[in-house]
Amino acid sequence: MKVLVPVKRVIDYNIRPRVKADGSGVDLQNVKMSMNPFDEIAVEEAVRLREKGAVKEVIAVSIGPAKAQDTLRTALAMGADRAILIVTDAEVEPLAVAKLLKAVADEEQPDLYILGKQAIDDDSNQTGQMLAALLGRPQGTFASAVAVVGDRVEVTREVDGGLETVSLALPAVITADLRLNEPRYASLPNIMKARSKPLAQKTPADYGVDIAPRLAVLNVAEPPPRPPGVVLDSVDALAAKLKELGIVA
Amino acid sequence: MKALVWVEHDAGAIKDATLSAVTAAAKLGQVDLLVAGSGVADVAAAAAAIGGVSAVLAADDAAYAHALPENVAGLAVALMADYDAFLAPATANGKNIAPRVAALLDVMQVSDILSVEGPDTFTRSIYAGAAVATVRSSDAKRVITVRASAFAKAPASGGAAEVKTVSGPGDQGLSRFVGADIARSDRPELASAKVVVSGGRALGSAEAFHSVIDPLADKLGAAVGASRAAVDAGYVPNDYQVGQTGKIVAPELYIAIGISGAIQHLAGMKDAQTIVAINSDPEAPIFGVADFGLVGDLFEIVPQLTAKL
Repeated sequence: MKVLVPVKRVIDYNIRPRVKADGSGVDLQNVKMSMNPFDEIAVEEAVRLREKGAVKEVIAVSIGPAKAQDTLRTALAMGADRAILIVTDAEVEPLAVAKLLKAVADEEQPDLYILGKQAIDDDSNQTGQMLAALLGRPQGTFASAVAVVGDRVEVTREVDGGLETVSLALPAVITADLRLNEPRYASLPNIMKARSKPLAQKTPADYGVDIAPRLAVLNVAEPPPRPPGVVLDSVDALAAKLKELGIVA
Repeated sequence: MKALVWVEHDAGAIKDATLSAVTAAAKLGQVDLLVAGSGVADVAAAAAAIGGVSAVLAADDAAYAHALPENVAGLAVALMADYDAFLAPATANGKNIAPRVAALLDVMQVSDILSVEGPDTFTRSIYAGAAVATVRSSDAKRVITVRASAFAKAPASGGAAEVKTVSGPGDQGLSRFVGADIARSDRPELASAKVVVSGGRALGSAEAFHSVIDPLADKLGAAVGASRAAVDAGYVPNDYQVGQTGKIVAPELYIAIGISGAIQHLAGMKDAQTIVAINSDPEAPIFGVADFGLVGDLFEIVPQLTAKL
C-alpha cells in the first residue's frame, strides 16, 4: 500500500504573526518557518503504518516556494521514502491545492492519503475534504485513531461532544487531529540520510492545474484590542465584580 | 440571492450553531434549510419554525443519517442547482461536509466567517486569530461555514416555512457509520454557553481539575472548557478544548483558571464579553486579555470564590 502525505510550510507554531502596516497580509520576512504541526502528525501516522507493515511506501508532497524543500526534507527525515515539490511562489488556495494533489494522485495511485486537518496560517480546514471530493473517495476527518482493516480503514474522529468511528472503503482520505499521535523528532543520522532521498521538482503547469485564486484578499488587519483589564487584590473583590455583571446572584 | 443552510441536528434536536448560520444566510438573501437524515419529520417541523426561513427541504434516507459527508454532500450538490449559496455552521460536522460540497461545485469555500460585508465579501480569522482577513469571492456560487459565536441566533420559533420532501443520490457506498461515544452532560453546550469555566495544566491532575473546576461551574451554571495542555495531560476529554483547533467560544463570562494563555488558546476565547483570569504567574499572557485578574494559588482562590458566589 502506498500513502501520500501532503505537507505545508507555514509560520512556526511558536511565532506570533505580525500584520503588515499596509493591510496586505502577515509579515513572513525573516520569520521562522516550519512544517504545519498537523502535517507532522500526518507524516508520523504514515510512517507508523509503514513500520507496522501495513504500508510499503510513504510519499510526501508540498506545494510552495523552493524553500518548502526544507519541509519535505523534514518529512523524509521522519521516515517518508520520497518527496515531490510543486514549486510556486503564488498563494495557493485549498481548492487549487486539492486539484494539484488530485493530479499527483492520478500519477501515483495511492491507497491512502493522510493530511493535517488544517494549516495554522489560513485556518481553512478544507484541503482533505476537497481532495476526497475530487477523488470521489471517502474521508475520515479530525482523526484520533486509524486502523487499516483489510480493504477498509476505520477512523475514529474527534467530533463535538466526543468521538465517532467510521469505516471507509480504500482508497480514502484521512485528516489528522492533535491526538492522533506524537510526532517523533528526526535523529541526526536520519536527517543526514534524508539528504539523499529522492525529491522531484515540478510546477503547477506540469499538472495543467489553474491555481489562480478565487478569493481576493481585500484587507488583513489586527483584531480590535481588548481594553486593558485590572488585577484585583482579593477573592472578595473578584466575587463583587462577578456579582456586578449580573451573571451571578 | 438564494441560500441553502445545512441544518445540524442529532435526529432529535437542532443544534444551536445552525441558528447562527441562518442569521448569516439571511444577510445574503432568501434562506431555505436542508434537513437530511433518517426519520427527520420532527426535525424538519422544528426547522420550519425558525424565524426568517422560506422553505425546508427534508431528505429522509438512512444514507443521510450521522451526517456522513460522502452522502450528504452528494445530496447538497444536487440541490445547489437552484441556489446561489450553501452555508453550514463551522462545527465538526459542518466543517466535514461543506468543503466537500465546495470542491464538487468548483468553489473556493470561505471558512468560519465572522461577518457578512456584502453578497460576496466576508471577514474571517486567520493565524489563530492574530489577524482578520476581508475576502471577496469571485466564484459563481458561495460555500461558507459560519462561526456560531460571531452571529446572533435566529429565533427558533415564530416561523412558518413550507416543508418540501426532496431526495438525492443516496448512499455513495464509500463510508459506513460504525459508532459514537458522545458524552452526556447536564451542563450547557460549550460552544453556546453563557458562562464557561476553563482549566489549564496548573490543575495538575484529572481529580484536581474536577474537584476545583466543577463546583464553580455548577454554581454558575457554566460549561467546562480546558486548554490544550490540560487535554493533552488527560485531565479532560478532547472535546473540552477551547482554542484555534478546538472550540471557539464567545460567552458572556469566561473564567480561565491556571491557563497561561498561549495564542492558540486565546484564539478560542478572546471574544468573550468578560474574561476573568486566575493564575499564579503575574506575567502570564492570559492577563493581557483579562478584564479581571487575580494572581495567586488557584487551589486556594477558586474554592473561596465558589463559596462566596
